[in-house]
Amino acid sequence: MPLKKRSLTRATYPLATMTPLPAARALDQYFLDARSRLLDVAAILDRVGRGGGAEATVADPRMTRIRAAIEILLGDNPNRAEQIQKLFSLEYDAGWVRPQPRL
Amino acid sequence: MSFYIDPHIHMISRTTDDYQRMAYAQCAAVSEPAFWAGFDRGTAAGFHDYFRSLTDFEPRRAAQFHIRHYCWLCINAKEAENVTLSREVIAMIPEFLHMPNVLGIGEIGLNKNTRNEATVFQEHLDLAAKTDELILIHTPHLEDKYKGTRMIVDMLKNDPRVKPHRVCIDHVEEHTVRLALDGGFWCGMTLYPTTKCTPARAVDIIEMVGTDRIMANSAGDWGKSDPLAVPEFIQEMKRRGHSEADIRKVVYDNPLAFWRQANNWKEWPPEPSRNGTATPQTAKAGY
Repeated sequence: MPLKKRSLTRATYPLATMTPLPAARALDQYFLDARSRLLDVAAILDRVGRGGGAEATVADPRMTRIRAAIEILLGDNPNRAEQIQKLFSLEYDAGWVRPQPRL
Repeated sequence: MSFYIDPHIHMISRTTDDYQRMAYAQCAAVSEPAFWAGFDRGTAAGFHDYFRSLTDFEPRRAAQFHIRHYCWLCINAKEAENVTLSREVIAMIPEFLHMPNVLGIGEIGLNKNTRNEATVFQEHLDLAAKTDELILIHTPHLEDKYKGTRMIVDMLKNDPRVKPHRVCIDHVEEHTVRLALDGGFWCGMTLYPTTKCTPARAVDIIEMVGTDRIMANSAGDWGKSDPLAVPEFIQEMKRRGHSEADIRKVVYDNPLAFWRQANNWKEWPPEPSRNGTATPQTAKAGY
């Protein structure tokens, strides 16, 4: 299946403050790492699927999050790692009751 | 290879061989925060012995390899659920604050973001404020990290005595690094398998936020961890073509600049330069 074309230019990364590797070199250097880790995720999903009671895990919130994380990987946003971190994070309540300093 | 500092490593859990390997890799200095021993200690006396180890035995063990050893004192967040014990330990800490290798209070923080943990965190801030100590902060793991880091920043900002430039928020990752930097705090990235940052992701973070007020550490401890994680980070920086100056800033100059604010700080003797004259800003090892 052909991959969808994406516009991942430097302008997509306005927050970068240091010079990253040129994209082609980054792809050269990290392609095998990405391949290896995608295979790890695939193998983990296969492992879960092979086990007894696999059907029950489909609705497990952890599996739901893994699927949502894969959706993030397929997106174009430049901060995929940060988005996945937040996906796996608990909600913050700004109104939590703080202890007070003893001034 | 140039010198580096590991500003967060639990050497009490590591072998003497690890000190030797770190020395081979040009480790100039470490700092060891007080932490959880893998089990909840039952008495304040247990912490007293632990603090003796951090302030006496470990500096001597490190010095055999010309590595400077510094430490931070506290009761960690995992044991802070026991507020009574925590208060006994906090009351004992001033006895050790004058020791020459003590940098300040740490690693205080949150673990499961509970009310008791927050209470004990605030009481550590109260202790630090009495003598204006540096503060090193542990942020929670995994799904608790974002919420816990937000809560920690809330408490720091709620306390007018806290000076952000005297606080380091540790274990930052992609979703928390800006919470620390935007608040004016220092921050640390921990290179630790599975639960924290890989060296490659840590370099990604540096590329996105720059090299100011940020450092890298191994947090090597009794878990699966690597006391040579900072040299691995250095290799990753080199692999991406980053300059020696940028590398040195993150792994040496930044931790040293943060530590130099400590109340007990004594400047290191000048490091001989390559042409035989002393250079004023650098040093390598030994008290």
